[in-house]
Amino acid sequence: MTPTALSVNQLHKAYSNGKEALKGVSLSVPEGSFFALLGPNGAGKSTLINIMADTVVPTSGSIEFLGHDMFSERLWCKANIGVVPQEVAFDPFFTPREVLSMVCGLYGQKPDMKWINELLEHLELAEYADKNTRQLSGGMRRRLLVAQALVHRPPLVVLDEPTAGVDVKLRRRLWDYMRELNTSGTTILLTTHYLEEAEELCDHVAIIDRGSVITSSGMEKLLHEVAGSYLWLRYRDGWELGRADAEALSEFNPRMHEGKLCLTLNRMDLQQSTFHHAYESTVQRLGPPLDAGVCEEDLEDVFLRLTHEDTT
Amino acid sequence: MNLRGTWTLFKRETHRFLKVNMQTVAAPALTAILYLIVFRYAMGDRQVPGMEVDYFTFLIPGLAMMTMLQNAFANTSSSIIIGKVMNVHIYLLMAPLSAIEMVVAFLAAAVLRAVIVATVFLLVLTPFVDLSIHHFGLILVYGLCGSIIMGGMGLIGGMWSENFDSMSMVSNFIILPLTFLSGVFYSIKQLPPLWQQVSHFNPFFYLIDGFRHGFLGVGDSDPFLSVGIVAGFALATVLTCWYLWRIGWRLKE
Ligand SMILES: Nc1ncnc2c1ncn2[C@@H]1O[C@H](COP(=O)(O)OP(=O)(O)OP(=O)(O)O)[C@@H](O)[C@H]1O
Ligand SMILES: [Mg+2]
Repeated sequence: MTPTALSVNQLHKAYSNGKEALKGVSLSVPEGSFFALLGPNGAGKSTLINIMADTVVPTSGSIEFLGHDMFSERLWCKANIGVVPQEVAFDPFFTPREVLSMVCGLYGQKPDMKWINELLEHLELAEYADKNTRQLSGGMRRRLLVAQALVHRPPLVVLDEPTAGVDVKLRRRLWDYMRELNTSGTTILLTTHYLEEAEELCDHVAIIDRGSVITSSGMEKLLHEVAGSYLWLRYRDGWELGRADAEALSEFNPRMHEGKLCLTLNRMDLQQSTFHHAYESTVQRLGPPLDAGVCEEDLEDVFLRLTHEDTT
Repeated sequence: MNLRGTWTLFKRETHRFLKVNMQTVAAPALTAILYLIVFRYAMGDRQVPGMEVDYFTFLIPGLAMMTMLQNAFANTSSSIIIGKVMNVHIYLLMAPLSAIEMVVAFLAAAVLRAVIVATVFLLVLTPFVDLSIHHFGLILVYGLCGSIIMGGMGLIGGMWSENFDSMSMVSNFIILPLTFLSGVFYSIKQLPPLWQQVSHFNPFFYLIDGFRHGFLGVGDSDPFLSVGIVAGFALATVLTCWYLWRIGWRLKE
């Protein structure tokens, strides 16, 4: 067992307007992991991250960070976490280089110019290092936020949608850089809506929806155990699944996706017979399809299925 | 203790007003010249009743103190409210600084600005007015306590305000009347008895009066007794700021 970097216990948050954003969230982030925190808009991801950043006060619950209780040893924890908040904002009086050395100072460290230059270089900001932050584009600002969270070399970096608004090429490089950081020992927790990238790069994943954790495990494990296969059948264009047919096939959780009828086959009991049974039942009821096939669920499918089931 | 962090925040807060030195140096110099023209020549050699000083000489220390108080207030309040409106205050909340370190850094910067501004103001006026220093200690203590109190008020006001509008409401409807009615422009002995009594409940009255006493050697109250009141008030302000920052009053959700 790898030691735990972050362990969230029964965290609740109700905002002053009564909105319950977190309803008892428990999570554990292993040391050295590259952890994706996923969930639809409004799931409570930012709320959780902002509680770690100390800009939101939890209603109840606790967080343990590298053996320190986050709420009673606040300063120690803050000094050892770097947070990239979801909203981008800067002091308009400073240049990126000044921002970075200032943040370094606030964290009690002597600004290390070599490291700052390295960060500016890695995040492709060197050209703008001495220009006013007002002159940066949206994507550059977000990269500067990432640099800001790394400048004091924290062992845990928490990023709330670090790649939102960053163009494809730089997003790729940003991921590579995070991967590199992770390889050199930094634990990374991030939220993103780019599920394919998360699947490819992260080794742990948690999905939360409307304030509750739906699933949390290693990426491999999730894809292996939770992800199933599905059988898809294509009928003529514009074909829709009728209510009565849906009832009749309900054991396969039928749904339309990109014009295809999809039927879930659980991996646990996936045998030839399950497949045949599903296929035969459907054909019996709806007639032969134009085309059909079997696919394995990827992270996006699992995400959609899990967060979808929850709504119905 | 995060001394470097505190120092960095202090530098950031001074950087803000030093970068706009038109506001911090030129503006008070201009105000001083305007006061000089308006009061010096309009009031002539009129004396303040019950004191052996002419009105202009009486006015200067009070005006200097008022400028100090206003600048101390402006420095903290504008920093906090800009931070809140632009959402950059979250970086302070995230930084590993304790509430007392935050408050100390903010107040130290406010005091520095107040001192710079008052010094510029007085330096511009010294050639035109016979201003002696009666008791430097009093000037120092009152100037310091006054800036701390107003810097603290600015912090609290900034935290309370949601936007620039509510911020200017605090400055215009609370701070401005209190400073104007504190005896900058008159000796409270010129007031009817009831208002003399009321003035004693205005903390700014003690600040202005004690500070002026340091220059002129005369005043409306015993400046050595009032030191207690003023220092107590400064301490209470600091403690309030510390507590409010600690709980993240109107800063955290
Ligand atoms: N300051 C606030 N006051 C009241 N409710 C809030 C506040 N901030 C967030 N919420 C609510 O809390 C819930 C969770 O919001 P949160 O920002 O944590 O979601 P999220 O998972 O980060 O979503 P997104 O993917 O859109 O960033 C939402 O329903 C939101 O409306
Ligand atoms: Mg969010």
